[in-house]
Amino acid sequence: MKRIAAILLVTFGVATFFVARAALSITGAGATFPYPMYSKWFEEYHKKDSSIEINYQSIGSGGGIRQVTEGTVDFGATDGPMNDEQLKAFQDKHGFPVLHFPTVLGADVPTYNIPGVSAELNFTPEALAGIFLGRITKWNDPAIAGANKGVNLPGNDIIVVHRSDGSGTTYIWTDYLSKVSEEWKNKVGKGTSVNWPVGLGGKGNEGVSGLVKQTPNAFGYVELIYAVQSKMLYGSVKNSSGAFIKADLGSVTAAAAGAVKTMPDDFRVSITDAPGKTAYPISSFTWLLIPSKFSDAGKRDALKGFVKWMLADGQNYTEALSYAKLPKEVVAKEEKALNNIQ
Amino acid sequence: MNRRLRWRKFVSNFMLSMTGVCAFVAVSVLFFILGSLVYHGGTSINWNFFTKLPSPVGETGGGMANAIVGSAKLLLLATLFGVPIGFLGAVYLAEFSGSKVAFVVRYAADLLNGAPSIVIGIFAFSIAVHPFKHFSTLAGGFALGVMMVPITLRSTEQFLLDVPRTLREGAMALGASKWKTIATVIVPAAYRGILTAILLAFARVAGETAPLIFTALGNSYWSHGWNEPTASLPVMIWNYSISAYEDWHRQAWAAGLVLLILILVINIMARAILSRGISVPR
Amino acid sequence: MSTASTTLPSAGPVAGSRSFFSRLREGDEIARMITFVFAASVVILTVLLVFELWNGSSLARHKFGLAFFVTRVWDPVFEQFGALPFIYGTVVTSVVALVLAVPLGIGAAIFLAELAPARVSDTLQFFIDLLAAVPSVIYGLLGLFIVVPLMREYVQPALKNTLGFLPLFQGPAYGLGFLTAGIVLAIMVIPYIISVSREVLLSVPRDQREAALALGSTRWESTWKVVVPFARTGIMGSIFLALARALGETMAVSMVIGNAPTISASLFSPGDSIASIIANQFSEATGELYTQSLIELGLVLFLLTFILNGLARILILATTQRGSDMGNA
Repeated sequence: MKRIAAILLVTFGVATFFVARAALSITGAGATFPYPMYSKWFEEYHKKDSSIEINYQSIGSGGGIRQVTEGTVDFGATDGPMNDEQLKAFQDKHGFPVLHFPTVLGADVPTYNIPGVSAELNFTPEALAGIFLGRITKWNDPAIAGANKGVNLPGNDIIVVHRSDGSGTTYIWTDYLSKVSEEWKNKVGKGTSVNWPVGLGGKGNEGVSGLVKQTPNAFGYVELIYAVQSKMLYGSVKNSSGAFIKADLGSVTAAAAGAVKTMPDDFRVSITDAPGKTAYPISSFTWLLIPSKFSDAGKRDALKGFVKWMLADGQNYTEALSYAKLPKEVVAKEEKALNNIQ
Repeated sequence: MNRRLRWRKFVSNFMLSMTGVCAFVAVSVLFFILGSLVYHGGTSINWNFFTKLPSPVGETGGGMANAIVGSAKLLLLATLFGVPIGFLGAVYLAEFSGSKVAFVVRYAADLLNGAPSIVIGIFAFSIAVHPFKHFSTLAGGFALGVMMVPITLRSTEQFLLDVPRTLREGAMALGASKWKTIATVIVPAAYRGILTAILLAFARVAGETAPLIFTALGNSYWSHGWNEPTASLPVMIWNYSISAYEDWHRQAWAAGLVLLILILVINIMARAILSRGISVPR
Repeated sequence: MSTASTTLPSAGPVAGSRSFFSRLREGDEIARMITFVFAASVVILTVLLVFELWNGSSLARHKFGLAFFVTRVWDPVFEQFGALPFIYGTVVTSVVALVLAVPLGIGAAIFLAELAPARVSDTLQFFIDLLAAVPSVIYGLLGLFIVVPLMREYVQPALKNTLGFLPLFQGPAYGLGFLTAGIVLAIMVIPYIISVSREVLLSVPRDQREAALALGSTRWESTWKVVVPFARTGIMGSIFLALARALGETMAVSMVIGNAPTISASLFSPGDSIASIIANQFSEATGELYTQSLIELGLVLFLLTFILNGLARILILATTQRGSDMGNA
């Protein structure tokens, strides 16, 4: 009996070394915002080249920035671009910079779960800021009702839901609120993790959509695809031109149009509250964070190969998941920037 | 007098039956938990669950094959790390040490035992992840192993000390050296208790989630060898249950059922082994 | 069977009487050294743990000092970190848990120790031990999918309607929050209260009970007024043990507490606990101060559980010793 157990143990131990040893495994971590897209991409890329496995863990943009700076993952992902301080921290630690590579365009949508309401609501910037500041507490508040004439809003308390982890989705949302509300800018500010005046916290986009879906009268912000996949209602937001726009491929692409011309070399740009009649105001790029030097040539080439594929074939998968493609000019610029990875 | 006595008797019967209710409620929670898991997760335990890898976000049909194997690997590492330290350390305490050293070691073990699992996670991150610059199965195994050490140590020491003097003295009288006595007489006499201790420690860490979040991280594929991050059942349950996807919820229930059955079976086995043992007289 | 040696073999662990080399040859010294290394490694691990916690939080400790414990703000943007909301959440949920678990646990322990016949008592204790083995994440799973909706739809509105004048039961019914987390924790710590209290009650010598009964008390009176007070310190110890366990609970609490660092008198409010925020934010904290503040929280938690566990041990030991001393007298 003991001998059988010992033989099994040894075989098991040895086998684990041999199981598909041929595969090159790359680990990345970060944003939950693009996670549905990335998980699809990495699966498709693995089908194309089965010797490369890209293991992506969606722990939030804050996590992506932290872990790529620590060096515990090969690449990171974030929807809130690294600020100068964080870039410096990386440079100081490693001796070379980390590069941002935009992958898709996405949007934060206001999603809600109001019993008895099946209409798509309109939200003004004042309403959004007021709700998240805790000033507007009931669904039938004039600030909300005023933009939604004809909808019977109940007098229930609004249950605000935000992120409990360090999130790029939060960065996009608070970046937008900072632009449209002076009070928000001074009181809370923008960041991947902020001091929320009110609300429950959910972990990841998954957690927030889970909470909103299960909690009546809840109101939260998630990336568009999460609302779609969870079959939840989401509203339109008034943009800088005064029109109420719903997030979709067209409106998100329109938001990026202006930024394309002035895209900086490091690709860090904010497109919230973008000008344009059809632009959706809470849109954003999302980035991969790739170190500019790799000690492992195999990993470097594998990642570069993936990014090249992502910029070409990969862009064909985005629309099915409600992410907008990158503008052509950005793609061209990125392909050139790939050469900076050594 | 009669009335007062009747009242006191009534109070007595009432309160005592209340305690019975308390006991009943406490015990029925166990069956409620088991029942809920079977009800919600039973139907989701299918071939897919055991053999498929997780599918991309939002798509159905995935499974937890890599998490099951991952948990197995982590527990194997934890046992390989934690049991020798706990067992041999206990042998030292029971057979060789003086009382001062024994006190220090026991105290340290108790400190370790009382540390919340999230704190062990922070510790394992700074020792086994940060210096090596990547998350790994080894780091996760280390974290779980650290948790197994104090449980194994204290229980094994207790069972070794319980072995009657007569056995020891008999061996000595026959001229056996100390270590031979330990290896061939004392340990075999206490083996049932020791095995129980190891099984209980194993069952305890099998369900731990917090230490794995910062060490083994997670993996959407198979984890090769021992140096890569790996998926594990408890972490999958956590991630899936807080999401909004129905399919993930189903899988979380199924994984919970599998995990709980595993832990309960080990616990029952451990106690059965112990209760049949005649080697540890009270 | 006899081993050759140049000196007389000694009987028992009086190793010092034999020469070092004879011990070496017989392998005893090697055995001693090897096992010592392993025992020492336990101490090394513990020292390393405390060191890592202390060292890893040095920046935060120097920057915030004692103010860390009374600052309400947790703001990663403006780099202001205070532990108060988390200490508050940890304490409140643990208190709620104890308020619910102690009566239930002691009641059940009394039943098991005093009333149930030995076999029934052992069988029930077996089930209670199994309950203690259920992992935290599974409690969280059940908490999230069963307890939370129950709280939100039925329990919280009912409490609001009946006891809503108390500040404890005001505010919207989220389902998540301090009360729910406290209830889930209560279920998790009951087994500890029951097992230890039962042990302690069983160790009360028979003559205590019999003396009370002989004086004409009812079963309940002898239990409640004689046996339980005798075992009082041990029962206190079981409560401390349960409290220590409740403080460190991570997954189950994190899944149902609402994850909002709030200090509120209402039990319906969402909140956060020390263990929960570490689990949620540790791998994502960018910046040294942020990370070190989280480690400092871990240090605080570690110290709290350490003190409570120590106290629990002393109390339990005192009672069982007392019982056995008196029983033998």
